[in-house]
Amino acid sequence: MKYLFLLIIMSSIGFMFYKGLKIDPSVVPSNLIDKQTPNFQLKKVGKYPLFDPNDLTKQEIKIVNFFATWCGPCKVEHPQLMELSNSFRIYGIAKKDNSKDIIKWLRSYGNPFDKLGLDNDGISSIEWGVYGLPETFIINKDNKILYKHIGPIMKNDLEKIYSILK
Amino acid sequence: MKTILIIILLLYSQVQSVEPDEILANQELENVARIIGKELRCLVCQNEDIENSNADIARDLRMLVRKMLLEGKTKDEIISYIHSRYGDFVLFNPPVRFDTSFLWILPVFFLMLLCYTFFRKKH
Repeated sequence: MKYLFLLIIMSSIGFMFYKGLKIDPSVVPSNLIDKQTPNFQLKKVGKYPLFDPNDLTKQEIKIVNFFATWCGPCKVEHPQLMELSNSFRIYGIAKKDNSKDIIKWLRSYGNPFDKLGLDNDGISSIEWGVYGLPETFIINKDNKILYKHIGPIMKNDLEKIYSILK
Repeated sequence: MKTILIIILLLYSQVQSVEPDEILANQELENVARIIGKELRCLVCQNEDIENSNADIARDLRMLVRKMLLEGKTKDEIISYIHSRYGDFVLFNPPVRFDTSFLWILPVFFLMLLCYTFFRKKH
């Protein structure tokens, strides 16, 4: 009886270690999955059309990407966004950036965004639960967040992204 | 002796990352902001609270806490809002729920088990 009790305790601790050690502490799961997209307010970037919450009410699947010109991994991700933009509508939110640099960036690497806006103070990013860059959200037809990709979308992530977007 | 004293003082001194431009003029609200900040975990430097973290997101959250306090929001409202965005991870004290019950029950259980084993052996 004593040993059975010990075995139960040890296996529970072992199970918790097994589950716990598999968790990547650098990735904070989104608390907004299956919830409606939050409200936000952005600033216009040059002559590019401004992204606002009404755009997300369109009855289609869409992508929202948080980026910045000062963010290295965002540059790595950019070609994949260009590819995704051929099939899906992508909206961009530039965090703590400036219009001049964004315009230069989009002219140099191409513009994957249907509309975009500037989040100067980081408040809109907090609304979306963003804590690092880049972060990408997939929104369904009913304006609910389906998936959040933390970090740059690499070539080998595209298959997974396409499977969610279908 | 002096060196030891300095080392002890340095060990116990709290390094705050709050910058002068963030501090509220109203001392009472600033104190509340600091209490809230101590309860929120930085999402980048995960062993630090937002009051002591230099990360960009920690600064943004500190500014937001102070902005919401100025708007008249209470401590619970502010923590609840940030919790709704970042989940349990942002809280140093996870809420007591069915799925977090193990976190709260297990330490008590192990303490009781330890006491039982200790006193049983003595007898």
